[in-house]
Amino acid sequence: MKTHLNTLFITTQGAYLAKDGQAVAVRIEKKTRLRVPLHNLDAITCFGRVGLSPQLMAACAEAGVSLSLLSESGRFRAAVVGYSPGNVLLRRQQYRAADDEKATCEAARSFVLGKLGNCRTVLNRAARDDATGERADRLSRSAKRMGASIVEAKAADSTDRLRGIEGEAALQYFATFDTLRTSGGGDFAFRGRSRRPPLDRINALLSFVYTLLMSDVRSACESVGLDAAVGFLHRDRPGRPGLALDLMEEFRPWLADRFVLTLINRGQVRPNDFQTVESGAVLMKEKARKDLLVAWQNRKQEETTHTFLGERCTIGLVIHLQARLFARYLRGDIDAYPPYLWK
Amino acid sequence: MPHPESDLLPISALQHLLFCERQCALIHVERVWAENRFTAEGQVLHRKAHDGKPETRDGERIARGLPLRSLVLGVSGVADIVLYRPPTGARVSRGSLASRLRRASQDELAEWVVTPVEYKRGKPKKNDSDRVQLCAQAICLEEMHGVTISEGALYYGRLRKRYPVPFDTDLRSSTLSAADRLRDLLYRGVTPPAVREKKCETCSLLPLCLPESMRRRSARAFIDRQLERAAEAES
Repeated sequence: MKTHLNTLFITTQGAYLAKDGQAVAVRIEKKTRLRVPLHNLDAITCFGRVGLSPQLMAACAEAGVSLSLLSESGRFRAAVVGYSPGNVLLRRQQYRAADDEKATCEAARSFVLGKLGNCRTVLNRAARDDATGERADRLSRSAKRMGASIVEAKAADSTDRLRGIEGEAALQYFATFDTLRTSGGGDFAFRGRSRRPPLDRINALLSFVYTLLMSDVRSACESVGLDAAVGFLHRDRPGRPGLALDLMEEFRPWLADRFVLTLINRGQVRPNDFQTVESGAVLMKEKARKDLLVAWQNRKQEETTHTFLGERCTIGLVIHLQARLFARYLRGDIDAYPPYLWK
Repeated sequence: MPHPESDLLPISALQHLLFCERQCALIHVERVWAENRFTAEGQVLHRKAHDGKPETRDGERIARGLPLRSLVLGVSGVADIVLYRPPTGARVSRGSLASRLRRASQDELAEWVVTPVEYKRGKPKKNDSDRVQLCAQAICLEEMHGVTISEGALYYGRLRKRYPVPFDTDLRSSTLSAADRLRDLLYRGVTPPAVREKKCETCSLLPLCLPESMRRRSARAFIDRQLERAAEAES
């Protein structure tokens, strides 16, 4: 099993990464500032203007270290992927399933149930743990509506129907999202999801964390031999990693959204960690982004018990395990894809 | 009918097949691989066996890491060590054994005693897998050299001991049927279901195979159960 190791984030503009023996050397202004052995790394994620030597790329591919290049603001640009003769039969099975409406619907159902189930748990937990009165009522009402959507999703007979149910439920969930917040006042108010660009602080946080999650899910798909571009719930669109988006759904509420809310609720991000540019877009400042990366890395190192496999593992590894479970489902080992249902 | 060179199967897959059909399919169909202590130790041992120059010792030529194939069996691979002993009574000076072996015609070579030796890290196994792997190497050597090989040897690292393996009719027919089963498994491309057994403990693919979770466990029932539990907690 791929054990979940560290991710090395490079955020310094103009940094250069080179292979130094079996380690990666981080050079800034021609001075080596850091050396990390490759066998201690799971991934290297570079933000913005970061240079890499071809020798390092080859060594990463060989050592199974995923190497991703993101824009300075965290948008995925490219990944360096090694030659993977991999499992051609798995990929063929994935394409066949994606071409078959019944199989697509069954896979999409699992992704939707995973997402809605976890949304409901997030709402219920907040209602139970730290809410009283009107706030608790609002949260439980919203959770009940998720429950109703789950019942509908179980009975849905087409992928389009599932997409509709998922869309309505997402609107509903985000309508209550601000209620999950316990501090931050007006500075962190959430008035609906805005992506391109994020128009408030909480959307800026959500977008950034979704990008990080996306990088991890995509790497996990590729490392088990799945084609991250061919989705089920998400239709194919050139340049869009459909399967990675599918698998990401179940992680959004409990891993990404909870993470963002915790940062705000605990005061780990402050209003002046952000800047608003002329267009109204809200961006995170450099320092805040670095702190967030450290917190995200720590979160992924936390342990949990895998709900389906019943084994202890880190949260970062859960992402890989889910990709593996989806591959095993496609290969016919299990009768459905079991999403990670948070308790 | 001989198999085309493009279709030869790895000899090592025979051993995987005899150990566990699912392991064999995971490695050779799904191209899944993982290391553990045992596989790493095995690699060190094999590297030791392969390393070093071929040599002549006690009137015997010792060749290492020899590439082999048999078109009849339809397999190819690498033998750790192959010993070549000239016919008894023939006088061979030390240095000339290698060149004499190289120059030997098939007819001359037929008189030589050829012995494949395979290195294993542990101790002799209950199943036939090591013997079948060795026998497949012998069948390759027979075909390539036109010789008849009556015996090979397995060297077990933990016991530091060589065990002779006679290539009798039984072993030869198990090897042929293993190759047929292997060809069928890889051709179908279906990974057999997981069965949890004691031997799983030693398998490096255990965390990728997930025999406990994959066996007779319904993911569908898991989803229903989890969602119902959450609904009950609500009301």
